[in-house]
Amino acid sequence: MSVLEVENLRIEIEGTGIDIVDEISFHIEAGEVLGLVGESGSGKTTVGLSLLGHQRRGAKIVAGQVRVDGKDILERSPAQLRALRGGTVSYVPQDPSAALNPALRIGRQLEEVLAAHRFGSSHEERLREMLEEVLLPTERSFLRRYPHQLSGGQQQRVGLAMAFACRPRVIVLDEPTTGLDVTTQAHVLATVRMLCRAHGVAALYVSHDLAVVAALADRVAVMYAGRIVEIGRERDLFLASAHPYARRLVEAIPEISGEHELVGIPGTAPRPGHRPTGCFFAPRCDYAVDICREQFPPRERVAERREVRCHRWQEVLAEAVHDRPLAAVRTNGASADALISIRNLQAAHGERPVLFDIDLDVAPRQCVALVGESGSGKTTLARCIAGLHRNFTGELALRGIPLRPGARNRSRDTRRDIQYVFQSPYSSLNPRKTIGQIIGQPLRLFFDLPRRDQHARIVHALERVQLTSSVVDRYPHELSGGERQRVAIARALVSEPALLVCDEVTSALDVSVQAAIVDLIAELQREMELGLLFVTHNLALIRTIAQEVAVMSAGRIVEHGPVDRVLDQPEAEYTKRLLADTPSLESALAIAE
Amino acid sequence: MSTAIRFVRRGISGFVLRRVLLGLLTLLLVSVIVFAATQALPSDPARAILGRTATPESLAALRKQLNLTGSIPGQYAHWLKGFVTGDFGNSLAARGEPVTQVLGKRLENSAFLVLIAGEVSIPLSILLGVLAARRRDGPFDHTSSLLMLALAALPEFVVGIALVVLFGTTVFHWLPAVSLIPPEDTPFQHLKALILPVATLVLAVSPYIARIMRASMVEVLESDFVEMARLKGMPERHVLWRHAVPNAVAPAIQVIALNLAYLAGGIVVVEFVFGYPGIGSALVDAVANRDLPVVQALAILIAGVYVALNLMADVATILVSPRLRTSLR
Ligand code: SF4
Repeated sequence: MSVLEVENLRIEIEGTGIDIVDEISFHIEAGEVLGLVGESGSGKTTVGLSLLGHQRRGAKIVAGQVRVDGKDILERSPAQLRALRGGTVSYVPQDPSAALNPALRIGRQLEEVLAAHRFGSSHEERLREMLEEVLLPTERSFLRRYPHQLSGGQQQRVGLAMAFACRPRVIVLDEPTTGLDVTTQAHVLATVRMLCRAHGVAALYVSHDLAVVAALADRVAVMYAGRIVEIGRERDLFLASAHPYARRLVEAIPEISGEHELVGIPGTAPRPGHRPTGCFFAPRCDYAVDICREQFPPRERVAERREVRCHRWQEVLAEAVHDRPLAAVRTNGASADALISIRNLQAAHGERPVLFDIDLDVAPRQCVALVGESGSGKTTLARCIAGLHRNFTGELALRGIPLRPGARNRSRDTRRDIQYVFQSPYSSLNPRKTIGQIIGQPLRLFFDLPRRDQHARIVHALERVQLTSSVVDRYPHELSGGERQRVAIARALVSEPALLVCDEVTSALDVSVQAAIVDLIAELQREMELGLLFVTHNLALIRTIAQEVAVMSAGRIVEHGPVDRVLDQPEAEYTKRLLADTPSLESALAIAE
Repeated sequence: MSTAIRFVRRGISGFVLRRVLLGLLTLLLVSVIVFAATQALPSDPARAILGRTATPESLAALRKQLNLTGSIPGQYAHWLKGFVTGDFGNSLAARGEPVTQVLGKRLENSAFLVLIAGEVSIPLSILLGVLAARRRDGPFDHTSSLLMLALAALPEFVVGIALVVLFGTTVFHWLPAVSLIPPEDTPFQHLKALILPVATLVLAVSPYIARIMRASMVEVLESDFVEMARLKGMPERHVLWRHAVPNAVAPAIQVIALNLAYLAGGIVVVEFVFGYPGIGSALVDAVANRDLPVVQALAILIAGVYVALNLMADVATILVSPRLRTSLR
């Protein structure tokens, strides 16, 4: 008997009969980690929370069983459920900084779990043990701190300590490393793995990041539009998935080796209430045939403990995964004269210096990637260039002409020449303006064009980012995240810039969308002969797009060179460590071999 | 809050000191305005007080008594000096007694009334807000919201008179309709007389506090850390009072302070309705009698209460928010 068995779980939007997820079945053994992957809206968190008998406002479990050690938890009374939560089944939240109570000391928050579940006799001793297990300092003074006095990694470790406090049987981890640096993430993941193995805990690891799941999970379940479409051993699934969606998802993961082309999945997943009859993936599936559009594919057994939901899985499986398109050879089209040149730049936030001795060039038609962890100063540097951060000294020149700090002090042409795309397409677009107005604004600012030409340019800009002109009259909230980011790119490109600065433009997006956006930017850069500064924390992305890379750490550029050289033979210690800590499919599979 | 955050780096005592100085500056400004409005601007306050039939001799005498003779800045300096040294001048109406003596007793009475009203209304409205947020959109929430809105819309003299009609005169005869307290007694000795004025004040301010508390609780109850507390298996009561409420009171504190300040001013109406001998009715009398020194003293006093309450609210906000508190060290 497995520790955890989920059988035919169905969760609906309360009172509507519309399902969020349905026919969810899986088992997890003691000491095993099951990765539950899916893009946003696939229902993975909803499934995760149901293991604690909990649902967010508006959702309701209407059918199925969740058995822990053979007993169905959905039949429990509220008091019994309370005893289960945090005791037998525990939860590690996505964002520890929001999930820890800001008004209570760490010690209180850890101890109350023990007290509520009457665990052990000496809380003090157990607290020390808990802190030790997750590699946190065991001093009393640490327990007296408030959450905001801890680093992000420490906060997440407190979350882990809390979850393992009463020696649970099952643990649900809901994307616990999003927002953490790769180094911190690597350490937190190692701790999770160690604790699950050591205590025989059955773990469900919910994540959108396949690379992380590959590094951690024994088995993987892939969710699409509220259904598990494939479940199986991690290796089988990543090397030769039997479901077209799972396969496309794997192909969308950026690789550090950059061997294969990065391909996104066009289209979006259907939302609850808008799901077609037949296979939900059919509208986006290359394999789709008539039966797919008529019949919902049944669950079929591929091998021992491996199941798939696809009418044509045999054919999919038969096609070797090695058919993946290889990446095109990237040429360095850069010319000799620098478009942007930076010499000896120092910058500060208020009194605190954040950038030191920065030297960097970006040539026309060249893409330079700026990588580093959060707090390394990469965004500040990008903002100095764009004129969004004024507090700096040193030389900064565009085509040899010095640039003044602050966009307001720069000429109209200079401002037009340097365009910036922000991280979050959810907050960078004015929600009260239509897409046409948003893209039209720089046009009115920088060009004196008659109305008709303006419209033509807007449509052209939309086409360039692969959006149809029908979105012109829509508002940002009517578009998906990927579409919004395309609009943001179109807005930057409509002013015909010489340099495009992209600040973490893919980090708020799903994998399948991320690949498409990176692809698009790379293509546009070649077509429009742009200089491109691509700021990212994700090393695996840069091989696809950049020719040169500058690695930043603590406000300095620690390594700078051609992408292939830096990634294949890193020289700086810091780059080596960063590479080792970056979770990737290749390294996960290599270890498994 | 915003001022609270701006000063956080210099330690809590530094912060309090700064705010006290700022408060004194505010009071100084208020004093200029009060002085200007009551003494400097009217062309001849003495004539305004005594009326057109006054003899030149009595006018001159009053001018001398009120210190209206020198230059305007000189008058102000003299007036301010009196204030700082605790000499508020003599009342014109009450047989020339010093203002301090006239007001002292009444000040005590009013403070007593406001304190009791605050002590009842703050916990009561916090409780109401929490309970309404706890079962959001439930029957309790809807009924209490409606009631609060209705109460907030009624002026306190209407509420006061309604209470008098209900409990004092027409319907029941349980409580005294007026709250006269003989000058030689303290309000302690007449608690029964206090019930109706206190109830009126409580009904006047509770709706505001309860509504902000409800809104802030609703937001906190939706937060990740409350969900996390539930997923840790905490009993619901613990989640509510230990996890949610401490985070919800911080935004409510400013509103509570504002309402207490309002109590200090709004007491005028209530005291008048019930004939309660506090500063409110003193102010009404003083204005009616053109008792200039008393009006000036009361105006400054009420401003002082406002400033002090705001300061206390800012300090309390810091004390209940660890993030602010720790950054002060
Ligand atoms: S069932 Fe058909 S449409 Fe669905 S994934 Fe399989 S092949 Fe594609």
